[in-house]
Amino acid sequence: MDGRLAERLRAIVGADWCYTAEHQLRTYESDGLLQYSELPAVAVLPGSAEQVRACVKACADAGVPWVARGSGSGLSGGALPVADGVLIVTSRMKRVLEVDLDNQRVCVEPGVTNTAVSTAVAPDFFYPPDPSSQIVCSIGGNVAENSGGAHCFKYGFTTNYVCGLEVVLPDGELVTLGGRELDPPGYDLLGAFVGSEGTLGIATKVWLRVLPAPETVKTLVAFFDSTHAAGEAVSQIVQAGVVPGAIEMMDRTAIEASEQMAHAGYPVGRGAALLVELDGAERECEARFDEVVALCERCGSDDVRVARDETERQLFWKTRKAAFPAMGRISPNYFVQDGVIPRTKLPDVLEAIDGLAEEYGMVVANVFHAGDGNLHPLVCFDGRNAGEAERAEELSGRILDACLEAGGSITGEHGVGIDKKKHMPKMFGEPDLDAFQRLRCSFDPAGLANPGKVMPTPRLCGEVPGVYRQHPLEAAGLAERF
Amino acid sequence: MRPGTAEEAAELLRVLGEEGRPVRPCGGGTKPWGPVLEGADVETGALDRILEHNVGDFTAVLEAGVRLADAQDAFAHHGQMLALDPALDGEATVGGVMATSDSGPLRHRYGSMRDLVVGVTVALSDGTLARSGGKVIKNVAGYDLAKLFTGSFGTLGLIVRVAVRLHPLPPATATAAGASDDPERLGAAARALAALPLEADCLDLDWRHGTGRLLVRFGSAAAGDQAATTVKRMGDLGLEGCAVLEDDDELWMAQRVHQRGDCVLKVSGRASDLPDVCRAAGAVVGRPALGLYWLSLPPDAGAVAAAREALLPRACTLLDAPEALRADAWAAPDPGALAVMARVKERFDPARIFRPGTFVGGI
Repeated sequence: MDGRLAERLRAIVGADWCYTAEHQLRTYESDGLLQYSELPAVAVLPGSAEQVRACVKACADAGVPWVARGSGSGLSGGALPVADGVLIVTSRMKRVLEVDLDNQRVCVEPGVTNTAVSTAVAPDFFYPPDPSSQIVCSIGGNVAENSGGAHCFKYGFTTNYVCGLEVVLPDGELVTLGGRELDPPGYDLLGAFVGSEGTLGIATKVWLRVLPAPETVKTLVAFFDSTHAAGEAVSQIVQAGVVPGAIEMMDRTAIEASEQMAHAGYPVGRGAALLVELDGAERECEARFDEVVALCERCGSDDVRVARDETERQLFWKTRKAAFPAMGRISPNYFVQDGVIPRTKLPDVLEAIDGLAEEYGMVVANVFHAGDGNLHPLVCFDGRNAGEAERAEELSGRILDACLEAGGSITGEHGVGIDKKKHMPKMFGEPDLDAFQRLRCSFDPAGLANPGKVMPTPRLCGEVPGVYRQHPLEAAGLAERF
Repeated sequence: MRPGTAEEAAELLRVLGEEGRPVRPCGGGTKPWGPVLEGADVETGALDRILEHNVGDFTAVLEAGVRLADAQDAFAHHGQMLALDPALDGEATVGGVMATSDSGPLRHRYGSMRDLVVGVTVALSDGTLARSGGKVIKNVAGYDLAKLFTGSFGTLGLIVRVAVRLHPLPPATATAAGASDDPERLGAAARALAALPLEADCLDLDWRHGTGRLLVRFGSAAAGDQAATTVKRMGDLGLEGCAVLEDDDELWMAQRVHQRGDCVLKVSGRASDLPDVCRAAGAVVGRPALGLYWLSLPPDAGAVAAAREALLPRACTLLDAPEALRADAWAAPDPGALAVMARVKERFDPARIFRPGTFVGGI
């Protein structure tokens, strides 16, 4: 990279917040998906929207690609730096700018953590999307990934709560999409931007809707002999018209690993644990909760435990949330998948996963958001054994194939990023990818924002209308013209 | 022109694109909103199949020309609904409701079409037939073009197929109602009610002839009890004539009907705007917790201009109106955002045949 760009960036953010030394850049070489790493040429930590704008403009002028990064907790390599590019880190921008409870709105900077939003409006209100990483993950990252969480079956995703964004476009323009009010005039660019994985620009200010905190919360965990029986309970609960705040399942392996870490007294050896949480108006909640208990028993659970107080509820959740880290105790390495299936296909797909695990001779633990059919199979392997990582990767891909065959998706909440882009052509045809590219080109004709992510192969934007000019990436043989 | 399949629609549009003939996508023709355009009507009436109703998964895939009322009948047969209840759903089609982002009282709890659609297939002016999303309720693979096309008023392409999330039909409903002729009091009460964890299906304002009431509808087995508790709250908040209305279907149908009229201005505002909108119009339907209001005005340019002026800087969109007024239907977007919208239009409608010049900023 031309040293003049680094100089210009340093002048914008100040020497303390502009890193070019390798030992400083190592911090940012990966996001939450550690199997990918790359060093950027420069990492900058701007302190204001104006500084972000100036940094992006500097990159645009120099024709250098850049990647936005929040807390770096993403699980698809979406914030993986581009070699020789710039990394723009929003973690210094963590001010809550406005809390307007009368209109149920909050305005925050992108580096504010997910938990901090709920804290800012507590105790009477809360911010529903709650990814597992909520203590550290940033709202800017949530916007980029359209983050979900355990409670999104009832409450929806980030995209249902963002009502306005201030965005720096890849050409360095600062624009406002929406605001405090719903239904702003024109195209729903907000809806297009949320979940665009950092490829359309970088959010510098976020307006969010918050909701009144539920009157009551009731939580139970029920144990079953098999995931099949637990899956049937999920179907019956949902069919009965109950909309639980959360409904989470763990299989035998996941229970075993989590119990070792959380010590919640879960019976090791049971086939499945189902965590069901109802929240809302007290009277409705009480009535529905009894119904849920009865349905679990009818579907074969002989062990239903109801959280007696908040401490016990936290313990139930601790066990669920321990599932990923706990897997490290039973396996040196693992890959997490994020496939989605129609809920009714759960038994078929779990059977297919069991079959694949057997075929590959590997352990696959299952943890999932059962309400919305979002599976997190954890494919266990030992990276020290030659070829095992590759086989685990192949097995993961075949699990996604099974999800797609069932009518599902390759990702429910982690995003495509770098990790799943190779699977995109299995889910979308060429005309679909072409339509995606039209959107991307509308925001970023020069292709500088997070290039190499989401789309399976690098593409350039044809100019409409205009004179053909060769793109530097094209000249270098790195991309084909779209 | 009435294509019978998605592929036929795409081919038809490719030909029209080559000829450069302006096109007006048309569903049930119930919402003649936005500036008038002379062009070929491409009707979705023959795209009228419910392709999938996955009862156990609470999802459905519909062709764009399916009448919303027919879809609701089919879903109701299984105790389900598409939680979308716009003003007139007799002839209104799923595609038309999506293109206009029309919504009704249920939006309070369930959001609008943008929140309920999980996938879309569109036909573009170069003959491209493209899909985004899928048919599962949780999915972040690829860009969310369904939201981009929701509320695009037929200016980007033809919506040919829509996948939606469904919800259970409520087992019972009941409504709490409380009145006042003081807009400030109604506004304060609406904000207080919206801040409570009521889990209501709907929270509406009904303002007519200098008096108004707040209506809170519950849809659950315990709806009657919930409404009774809310009635007490309404009394505490200084509303008058507070009562539980058990047989409430007609009442809510009226709220939907009053969203339409000779001249209706939709306000994208805030909960705290309620008193201002009541003073700006003789009749208002409002969703105060969402900050959305539909104002019935006399059908003349002066009245519309005066209401817009009074409500500045809120964005006001003119929906139902005489043709002459509809030339000036839209509020102005942020200039930077408008520039992006113009580029979106260029990319998605390269032949520039989809209602050219009729959308915001002359897009």
